[in-house]
Amino acid sequence: MSMAGPTVRESVMKQTVNALLTTCGVLASALGVGVGTTPAHAQAKTITLCWAAWDPANALVELSKDFTAKTGVGMKFEFVPWTNYADRFLNELNSHGSLCDLIIGDSQWIGGAAENGQYVKLNDFFKKEGISMDDYMPATVVGYSEWPKNSPNYWALPAMGDAVGWTYRKDWFARPEIQADFKAKYGRDLAVPKTLDELRDIAKFFQGREIDGKKVYGASIYTERGSEGITMGVSNYLYDYGFQYQDPKKPYSMDGFVNSPGAVKGLEAYKELYKCCTPPGASNSYMSEGLDAFKSGQVALQMNFFAFFPGLYKDPNVGGDKIGFFSNPAGAATQATQLGGQGISVVSYSKNQAEALQYIKWFSGGDVQKKWWALGGYSCAKSVLNDPGFPNSAPFAGEFLKSMGMVVDFWAEPSYAQLLQAEQKRVHDYVVADKGTAQEALDGLVKDWKAIFKEEGKKF
Amino acid sequence: MNDLSTSSQITYRAVPIRPGVIRRIRGLSDQALAWLFITPTIVLLLAINIFPLVWTIYLSFTNYRANRPNAPTLWLGTDWYQSILTDPDIWAAMQVTAHFVVWTVLIETVLGFGLAFLIDKKFRGHGLWTTIILLPMMLSPAVVGNFWTFLYQPQIGLFNYVVAFFTGRGASSFQMLGDVTLSPWAIVIVDAWMWTPYVMLICLAGLRSIPDYIYEAAEVDRASNWRQFWSITLPMALPFIMLAVLFRGIENFKMFDMVNLLTGGGPGSTTEVASITLKRAAFESWRTGYSSAFAIILFVTVFGLANIYVKALNRVKSR
Repeated sequence: MSMAGPTVRESVMKQTVNALLTTCGVLASALGVGVGTTPAHAQAKTITLCWAAWDPANALVELSKDFTAKTGVGMKFEFVPWTNYADRFLNELNSHGSLCDLIIGDSQWIGGAAENGQYVKLNDFFKKEGISMDDYMPATVVGYSEWPKNSPNYWALPAMGDAVGWTYRKDWFARPEIQADFKAKYGRDLAVPKTLDELRDIAKFFQGREIDGKKVYGASIYTERGSEGITMGVSNYLYDYGFQYQDPKKPYSMDGFVNSPGAVKGLEAYKELYKCCTPPGASNSYMSEGLDAFKSGQVALQMNFFAFFPGLYKDPNVGGDKIGFFSNPAGAATQATQLGGQGISVVSYSKNQAEALQYIKWFSGGDVQKKWWALGGYSCAKSVLNDPGFPNSAPFAGEFLKSMGMVVDFWAEPSYAQLLQAEQKRVHDYVVADKGTAQEALDGLVKDWKAIFKEEGKKF
Repeated sequence: MNDLSTSSQITYRAVPIRPGVIRRIRGLSDQALAWLFITPTIVLLLAINIFPLVWTIYLSFTNYRANRPNAPTLWLGTDWYQSILTDPDIWAAMQVTAHFVVWTVLIETVLGFGLAFLIDKKFRGHGLWTTIILLPMMLSPAVVGNFWTFLYQPQIGLFNYVVAFFTGRGASSFQMLGDVTLSPWAIVIVDAWMWTPYVMLICLAGLRSIPDYIYEAAEVDRASNWRQFWSITLPMALPFIMLAVLFRGIENFKMFDMVNLLTGGGPGSTTEVASITLKRAAFESWRTGYSSAFAIILFVTVFGLANIYVKALNRVKSR
């Protein structure tokens, strides 16, 4: 017994050890961690790119496969819906998180991100790699890359050009009975509106009309309260009616510019459009609600960012010949539109900055920019936009180009979130909740913005 | 058998403890031993409760911003407190909160007690009905907020169709979430729908705790059902009802998730309860000092009101 015992125990031990080693081996090979078994083409590193969850993000995933194929650097993506996008990623940046190596951050974040050291300054990198900002549309360089504005300090590469535009039901506009009815009522042809007044007339005309046995409505516009929606919408009216953020000769001086008589009229016009011509329950609409309203055939007109237009054009129900596109019409003072879009930046807290910069260099390439546009992203590169064939390359390309020539952006100050909240509240209170007058809303906004800038130590 | 016989042969040997160790353990007083046991809990409490509270109080006197940790922190004294207490927007948010708390607690208490009173009577299928009534409170507020958003949708929402059916007005002619007058009631309805079962559960516990012999004695005295309700049921269930009111009051004072999902504080600021204002100041504007002061004011308010209420509750219980 004393001899047999140890022999059995030893053989059991051997079997157990062998089984364990075999299991570890299988696991290791399954996970690809076996020493000396890594194939030569295996990915050296993986970097994470953070952006909003929307159509262009899917195009970027497709595009980035070329980067991985070329460099061996793997790509991970962190996409967050627009309504939580700012909350999620500003929290990440403010808490010095290293989740994102690259971030396609909103244009308004650039002041805060630059001053708080959250983005890597790219001037030296651009110089070393021969990347010139002269190769990009000026509006996108100012909007997405520079801080302070109009100074050669670059914190991002213009990545996704965007602006607010409009879509309309081309098929409805073309119907003879609707054409005749409109002409009888307004004394002119039903056509793409050139002014905001014409747009209101068209929206009024369609509001409550029955088309194909279904009640339809005039327009879907931005009214969202929680993040930035109503500000992104109302700005298109305010700019057109003469609103300016500040005295061009005296920075941060806002009296008579933010609350000018023209701006007041612009705000009143936006409220009029909301009250007369939007579908029921549109008191908290932003991008996705607008898309839903248009795709379901509820509205004749839709305000939305150009970024969605490639997807809408492909839509089987309302796309193709049924949809038309136009840039924001002119108001009483000028014709302008709200800038959207973003630049791509390297996060200072990233542990993979070299690979992130490698991505930016690759992304700036001419061929990559062309493919980016072809896949559904909006390139900001002049090589793409100034190509003679560009305006005809897509039904919305010409209008996009026109819009990018007249964009205006919201404040990009470090305190932008506070400034934005103040406008969200003042405008929503007036437009949706019927509180006070337009003059009171804009006077209140000036008061709020002054208090914020005063807290920031700005002199005006 | 073999195993048993083997184990029975095991002999135990006393392990000698060094005299020094015995002296040290014996040397500990009862108080010292008590401290030894409660120290981990105290350390934990200090780390996750007391320190953050003290830190928040400190921050409330400064201009600190969490998104600018490198900026100099200035001591502002009670500036934030003064500015908050004199800010009409803050008072508007407090009014919205008060409206929400008062109406939800009132409706939930009346309905919850009513349901408990009915469920307390034994009837066929009473267990099934209890489970069905409890379902809403088992759902996540995020789920509730999202599906009520659909129910309130003027064109496709069931709620509007039900109202239209009973009132004869068009289903799309009114919007619960986008209307200044209706939206505060829209959030009250959802909260009442979700949390009435919770109040019912507490009231049911109160009703079940009333001994049967009291009712039997009342029957002998020929007390009517109405008299029994006012003289026995209600007074004896009152401490439980008050407890439910306390829980719901505190909970709804800091209500955030459901309101945020349903209206986001809109239209305008019509449903902007205090916690939404606080969240915007703290995590959107990053005014950490300001929001700390606001959080302290809210804390003191809830703490003070809850204390007064608990004293009243104790008075009722001691009767």
